Amino acid sequence: MIATIAFALFATLTIASALAVIFARNPVHSVLWLILAFFNAAGLMLLVGAEFIAMLLVIVYVGAVAVLFLFVVMMLDIDFASLRSGFTRNLPFGIIIALVLLGEIIVAEIAHKAGPALAGRQIPAAHQPNIVALGQLLYSRYLFAFEIAGLILLVAMIGAIVLTHRSRGDTRTPKVSKQLRRNPAEAVKLLDPGVGEGMKL
Amino acid sequence: MIGINSYLFVGAVLFTIGVLGIFLNRRNVILMLMAIELILLAVNINLVAFSAFLGDLTGQVLAMFVLTVAAAEAAIGLAILVIFFRRRGSIAVDDVNRMHG
Repeated sequence: MIATIAFALFATLTIASALAVIFARNPVHSVLWLILAFFNAAGLMLLVGAEFIAMLLVIVYVGAVAVLFLFVVMMLDIDFASLRSGFTRNLPFGIIIALVLLGEIIVAEIAHKAGPALAGRQIPAAHQPNIVALGQLLYSRYLFAFEIAGLILLVAMIGAIVLTHRSRGDTRTPKVSKQLRRNPAEAVKLLDPGVGEGMKL
Repeated sequence: MIGINSYLFVGAVLFTIGVLGIFLNRRNVILMLMAIELILLAVNINLVAFSAFLGDLTGQVLAMFVLTVAAAEAAIGLAILVIFFRRRGSIAVDDVNRMHG
């Protein structure tokens, strides 16, 4: 009973905040609604026992991606009013497309329910925690895909840095090749000046 | 009792909202990126629901990879947005077709 109530709460809030994301006038509000949607989706995933993915959703999406969005929205000085100019023009067409898509997905799911895909499968009893099971799977059968995922993140990180990095003119960076070309013979000079003569350089 | 159909329904509605968001906010790239995040969230809900109701953890592993790709896509997309804004002073998508060469 409590699970049903929790599911209804999380599902309603997820869908409502997703609607608020795309209809909010202020993009900062959109990001905040997106965070609420992610939290409630994490709640939905907790209800079916996918604890690790739920926590990952909170950490990765809310902690990293949403904050990244918030940074960009606040950093760039954008005139958002002019960006909304096509909104009402696109509204009827967009809603028609959305209704057709939703109808198709629901019909597909009803058709899927008639098939034998779900019949006779029972949920196995959870004899070990979700994180333990997932970790054993990740580091054994899906090790290669796991490494590839790490590589994708590395490429994304390097790509983001390379794209947004700009060298300002007023910074003094070391010239590595010039530094490497120096050798002791021409860099150091030993002198032995006489008393009272001073040094000539 | 909550069945898998409730979860699939939530996923379908979320996916549709994401597509609608892309259609409605045609000029605002930031909102389009957020709509893509909503679509990927819907995919993740479906994957986790199937994984839980079929008793197969592969779906959750796949959801993790979707999460990875979504994070990478958001980072790269926002980086492109930042350099585009620096160059043009606006993020209207209509101007992007001038970006040849």
